[in-house]
Amino acid sequence: MARPKANDRLIRISLLVVALSAISILAIITIFIFEQGLPIMAKYGLKNFLLGQDWFPSEKSFGLLPMIVGSLLVTLGALLIGVPLGLASAIFLTEFSTRRVSRILKPVIELLSGIPSVVYGFLGLMFLVPFIRETFGGPGLSVLSASIILGIMILPTIISISIDSIRAVPDSYREGSMALGATKWQTVRMVVLPAARSGLVAGIILGMGRAIGETMAVIMVAGNAADLPGSLLAPVRTLTSNIALEMAYASGEHRQALFATGVILFVIIMILNFLANLTARKQSRK
Amino acid sequence: MAEIIGGANIIEVKSLSVFYSQFQVLKNVNIDIQVRKITALIGPSGCGKSTFLRTLNRMNDLVEGARTEGRVIFDGKNIFDDDIDLLELRRRVGMVFQRPNPFPLSVFDNVTYGLRVHGQTDPTSMEERLFHSLQAVNLWDELKDRLQTNALWLTGEQQQRLCIARVLAVEPEVVLMDEPCSALDPTATARIEDLMYQLKQKYTIIIVTHNMQQAARVSDYTGYFLLGELVEFGLTDQIFTSPRDRRTEDYITGRFG
Ligand SMILES: Nc1ncnc2c1ncn2[C@@H]1O[C@H](COP(=O)(O)OP(=O)(O)OP(=O)(O)O)[C@@H](O)[C@H]1O
Ligand SMILES: [Mg+2]
Repeated sequence: MARPKANDRLIRISLLVVALSAISILAIITIFIFEQGLPIMAKYGLKNFLLGQDWFPSEKSFGLLPMIVGSLLVTLGALLIGVPLGLASAIFLTEFSTRRVSRILKPVIELLSGIPSVVYGFLGLMFLVPFIRETFGGPGLSVLSASIILGIMILPTIISISIDSIRAVPDSYREGSMALGATKWQTVRMVVLPAARSGLVAGIILGMGRAIGETMAVIMVAGNAADLPGSLLAPVRTLTSNIALEMAYASGEHRQALFATGVILFVIIMILNFLANLTARKQSRK
Repeated sequence: MAEIIGGANIIEVKSLSVFYSQFQVLKNVNIDIQVRKITALIGPSGCGKSTFLRTLNRMNDLVEGARTEGRVIFDGKNIFDDDIDLLELRRRVGMVFQRPNPFPLSVFDNVTYGLRVHGQTDPTSMEERLFHSLQAVNLWDELKDRLQTNALWLTGEQQQRLCIARVLAVEPEVVLMDEPCSALDPTATARIEDLMYQLKQKYTIIIVTHNMQQAARVSDYTGYFLLGELVEFGLTDQIFTSPRDRRTEDYITGRFG
């Protein structure tokens, strides 16, 4: 009798230790970033960081607005491309294809998420950028290129999570709907997708996180000019690119400003997650 | 068997056989379903009752490998004909399942689901049907102030009533019920049985049940299935008091005794 109980306690305590150490590592990293980034933001003013349009670290000008706008733009673009394509693929694979087709295709799609981002960036640079330059004009290295590459990169995430959440919808819902004379598509649209909504939103949030955090592929196709992009065909620099491009030689306040970039990125991701969760919960309560 | 059945048939099943791949589940079933009566189907587990029910609104089409032979005449037309409007057939022949399966949507959205599916989205007529359907299953008073509640919050009995209301909202002629009370407690079961009795005024009901007393209580006609065959079919009183077939008698007395 006493033995299993003692065992349970041992397991609980070890799990607690593991969990606490994992959480504290994350906490230490977060504290470190803020500790490095906040002082310089305080010194030059939050407003100058958030709304300043000029990024000239050598002249103590740390305006991050172009990069904030850049990150938001390419993330939005990636979602506009990745979400409809991803949902459509997931719906097709779960509801409109034979089981054999989806059994073959799902692992293939999951494999795609294992491709290193530098490969996506390289493919984008070789094929997409010239294509956009020749078709639409501009330098080709642009908001549009970055959005398309990111949209493709988040597809596997969105598709596989969507597939899982659509599969988790009980068949009894589908039967109930079909038995009322609904078509397959009506059933999917009016019952299956609403029932799977929280999972679908989770997939989109993860995809969004991947898009806003992606660095290498974006650097390769976005052009990286630290200016507000005038159009979708103009080059753009994201917050992550800003850090990656300059960290090698930054020092002093420049280096701190890069940490400040990280702080802002961190806060933006928190806000986006919060908003996405909020809409998910609000809609499902309705 | 024909001589014991008078009145109008709404469904006539002729030499119906159903296969799942190679496996024959229903063997040459013949049965006439009378309009505005309750027909109960009884028989041991796995004998094909659900399969039979799902054939009548062609829900078996959705099962991979299902194949049908024979005819089911509904309203003068074979439902297996190529030119049948399948969605309209399912509207006219509604189905209530064993486990209550309301959609994870509001009460309102559940009841009006069929209407929206069939393109009847005029707000006033939707409200009207909502009222009449909920009224018909005696849920209106309970739920009229909770129309926006998610249906998953309702009790099992309320959910099953809601599922019946959802079917009634599209004005079917036949309601198929596959063990509609098996997930409910005895009081809820009794109330659902009362409900079936009321519904008989307007609808033809076919109910599959494992509960012999239930069949005896609610139905006008009873059919006994065994291993895919319809062994006996007739007036419920006759089936339960003087079954003609030994196998029927064994089953009924076995369960009662
Ligand atoms: N989708 C299917 N594929 C293959 N065989 C099936 C399928 N559905 C049912 N069967 C088989 O067909 C036979 C009849 O099943 P059915 O569900 O119609 O029986 P039932 O009389 O409703 O049983 P119960 O009383 O347990 O509900 C069973 O042997 C069952 O295993
Ligand atoms: Mg059954």
